[in-house]
Amino acid sequence: MSEMANKGTAAPNGLPLIDQPAWRRDFPIDWPQDHYVARRDFTRFLVLTSLPFALMQLGIGVVSWFRRGRGRQPAKAVAALADIPVGGVLSFDYPDENSPCLLFRPDDKTLLAYSQKCTHLGCAVTPEPEKNCLYCPCHKGYFALDSGRPMAGPPRRPLPRILLENRDGVVYAVAVEINPL
Amino acid sequence: MNRPLTREQTTTILQGILGLVLFVVLLQVWLLTTTINAWQGGDDSVLWPAAAASAICAMVNFALLRYLNRLAV
Repeated sequence: MSEMANKGTAAPNGLPLIDQPAWRRDFPIDWPQDHYVARRDFTRFLVLTSLPFALMQLGIGVVSWFRRGRGRQPAKAVAALADIPVGGVLSFDYPDENSPCLLFRPDDKTLLAYSQKCTHLGCAVTPEPEKNCLYCPCHKGYFALDSGRPMAGPPRRPLPRILLENRDGVVYAVAVEINPL
Repeated sequence: MNRPLTREQTTTILQGILGLVLFVVLLQVWLLTTTINAWQGGDDSVLWPAAAASAICAMVNFALLRYLNRLAV
């Protein structure tokens, strides 16, 4: 008891030791020391969390570097140009079967293609050519049909654009442009 | 010869270090979220500068922890 008083310790309620409950008098704690140890351990824990954050940043860089090293995706035939009606919409997969895309032919000379995955949470967008937009029904997101840019709702990034080439009357998907704007 | 620090002094230093470490960790959280956002949006240019900044933040935190471990309790 006297040792505790000499160190100037004080219980959290601020009362002197004589007014503390019996369990505190029987088992006195050096409260400032207890606070010091608790904060020091919390600081150590925070420093330990700092390392995974740095490693995650490095991991993102490494993953991006490997993805870039894979090079361009191979071209894939989508459809014959004659089979795509003006004002029509065609669904296809590019660059793999897990990447649904939509092809539009708003007029005779224009072909547009976008990834069908909404850039918000990956729901499938549906075309609404009469409103000149693509609509995501999950959270009411809208994208412009002519550019893929987000117009309304939660999406903030444009739809990835699929680059197309007309090779002897056959439309090929040749690349994905992730941020076309 | 330096005088040994009193308990109040070490506690004050500890609280200062804790505040700095907390700020740096929050900075790393912000860096990570903005990096992922930019990466998802197709912007690769920020990845390595952000990774370097986060690594520097981690080194600063470990330097602060090293100093903290040297403090007399």
